[in-house]
Amino acid sequence: MRGLGKELRTGLIAVLAMTLVLGLAYPLVVTGISQVLFPGAANGSKVSFDGRVVGSRLIGQEFKGKAFFHSRPSATGYSGDATFFANVGPNSKEGREEVRENLAAYLKLNKPFDRGLTKADVPVDAVTNSASGVDPQISQANARIQAHRVAAVRGLPLDEVEALIDGVVEGRGLGVFGEPGVNVLELNVALEEAAPLR
Amino acid sequence: MVQGYVQIAIFFAVVLAVVKPLGIYMAKVFRGERVFLTPVLGPVERGAYKVLRVRPEEEGQDWKQYAKSLIVFSLLFWVLLYLILRTQGLDPWNPRGFHSAPWDVTFNTVSSFVTNTNWQYYGGEVTLSYFAQMAGLAVQNFVSAAVGIAVLVALIRGLAARSGRSLGNFWQDVVRILLYVLVPIAVVGALVLASQGVIENLSGYTVIHTLSGGTQVLGQGPVASQEAIKLLGTNGGGFFNVNSAFPFENPSGFTNVVEMFLILIIPASLTYTYGRMIGSQRQGWAIFAAMAVLLIAGTVVAYVAEQHGTPAQHLAGLHTHAMDGSTGGNMEGKEQRFGIASSALFTAVTTATSTGAVNNAFESLTGIGGAVPFSNLGFSEVIFGGVGSGLYSMLLYAILAVFIGGLMVGRTPEYLGKKIGAREIKLVALGVLVTPLTVLLSAGLAAAAPAGTRSLYAGFTPQGFSETLYAYLSQANNNGSAWAGYTGFLQPHGPGNVGAYGISFTDLLGGLVLIAGRFLPILFVLAVAGALAGKKVSPAGLGTMRTDNPTFVFLLLGIVVLVGALTFFPAILLGPVVQGLSTRLF
Repeated sequence: MRGLGKELRTGLIAVLAMTLVLGLAYPLVVTGISQVLFPGAANGSKVSFDGRVVGSRLIGQEFKGKAFFHSRPSATGYSGDATFFANVGPNSKEGREEVRENLAAYLKLNKPFDRGLTKADVPVDAVTNSASGVDPQISQANARIQAHRVAAVRGLPLDEVEALIDGVVEGRGLGVFGEPGVNVLELNVALEEAAPLR
Repeated sequence: MVQGYVQIAIFFAVVLAVVKPLGIYMAKVFRGERVFLTPVLGPVERGAYKVLRVRPEEEGQDWKQYAKSLIVFSLLFWVLLYLILRTQGLDPWNPRGFHSAPWDVTFNTVSSFVTNTNWQYYGGEVTLSYFAQMAGLAVQNFVSAAVGIAVLVALIRGLAARSGRSLGNFWQDVVRILLYVLVPIAVVGALVLASQGVIENLSGYTVIHTLSGGTQVLGQGPVASQEAIKLLGTNGGGFFNVNSAFPFENPSGFTNVVEMFLILIIPASLTYTYGRMIGSQRQGWAIFAAMAVLLIAGTVVAYVAEQHGTPAQHLAGLHTHAMDGSTGGNMEGKEQRFGIASSALFTAVTTATSTGAVNNAFESLTGIGGAVPFSNLGFSEVIFGGVGSGLYSMLLYAILAVFIGGLMVGRTPEYLGKKIGAREIKLVALGVLVTPLTVLLSAGLAAAAPAGTRSLYAGFTPQGFSETLYAYLSQANNNGSAWAGYTGFLQPHGPGNVGAYGISFTDLLGGLVLIAGRFLPILFVLAVAGALAGKKVSPAGLGTMRTDNPTFVFLLLGIVVLVGALTFFPAILLGPVVQGLSTRLF
């Protein structure tokens, strides 16, 4: 039978020792190994273009104008250092207005280049907020609609742009888990390489 | 949707395949036997006992001593974590120079991490230094998980004991659980995640000049090491505010399934460990079956509901059906790489276990899809539940089921050959009811008190009620996921955190609920273990009610659903169910 004093002493030693081992040794060792074995992945999977870093493959960016593929709507202004959910509820009036506006804007932007486009063709990801605010991907359906616009503006044949899309499709995990998506930053980098704006 | 069901089925099959080997391994660890890591870790273990000045072979503890050690350990860690978080300005590895969060928010955060909850009123990347994340929070992810498992092991020993009062030695249990189970799996998990793009560095935040000429700041930090244990220990506290939805925490469909796997393997395998330690594998599988039925049912309901889309989307003229190249469904608050199926599965898994990590926004779930997290929490986290805590809570339900079954057939209730007397059943009832009672009292108080309404995001609507109820449901059940609107910390959405302040009422009520929801059940469980430890085992006769067959699984399911539904159904009706049945907007 141990007294409270002995328990407190054991407890104090345990608390300090575990903080050193689990709080410092463990993360620092994992960081060291990761930096040696997977430096690219451990430092944010950066993407370069024209000799400079233009973003992370994993973090979506804002793209404006007709010459780029656009990312999904973001509630955070595509922030990579202050994230939050849009928190639009299923029965929210603001939610309905937001989807309405997004739908109208999407059609206005893309319909001139894709005459047959109707509301019913617009995939859900194109007009709803992502969770992270920086979803790096869009659906393949979304990319194929935008391809008409981007091809026309850049003066590229449509099938060439569609080939670029196919080149940056990320499949399901192990072929099964999650959904395929098109990486928007990589697609726009590929576009800039194929048909630079300037 | 077929592909979605295939994903879900394969995931559960993979988890099922691990249950036996990991279950056997953990049983060996808890019994102090040799395992394949002993040649490497044995000397470390012996060194640890020397440093801690405990002699585990000689110091078996009865339930009161076991509880005393546990409380001393948790209390000291509470104090240390409070000090670390309140002196953040002095920390190393603080590239953004963050100051400490206010005292009330810190009180809530500390209580949250010490209790294996990881409820977060703060956004990690705008509040905490790398040092606080590593040496403060990640340590709790390990040790609070170890405490949960230790309590379970003590209860199993009490159930299995033929005589005596010893439930084992708390210090030995914690050391062995950390050394042989949590740390090795976390290291492997962290490296797998880091190889796939989960960041792991100590660099400052990176400023990027984007392709289209803007700037974007990227948060950095030692994420992978924290991510692995956050899931493995069913903790759930994100390094970033949007948790496992943020690509640096969960970059692909593959990492998503790895993360769900890390969440489920220990709680699922512990049922096998249980069967092995009490000497009847069928008893373990019976508990496993009851848990699996509820988890799979919840997953399917969430998937179907989310695939349908929301009233707001339909009224806006959006077509939410699947088409070539798009899954369709309610993609509001979800990520493209996970889609509907992997988001629904993650939602069910993280709320059935007491993890609370999220890969999509709960506030944006459909009404019926949102009822799934509510129900999972309403069942008091016994559907696999937290590491250790899920199974020890479920075993209380099993004893309750035996008691009620015994009343129905008119026999003295027995569980595993031990007679359940008045003292045991009183303790069990208290252990089962204390958490729901905490939820109802605190949520009622928060909904009624003017000070509580300041935390609402959605105002006085069913959505606002869902936020309030879920906040206390999540904190009392030590889950940690949130209907994200409800807050105790007003942080401007931007770097620097200037002008942030805490809402004391919400922070303090939440902190007390967290502590009550964790430590009261633990004390009742240890008391039950102590009461059962000394009881003789009587051989099973013809009249003994069996607890390892489908009839008992059905009875157990009935009791769990009955207690949960009787307690929470009226409240859940007012929130998510109203939203799910109505096409009105408000």
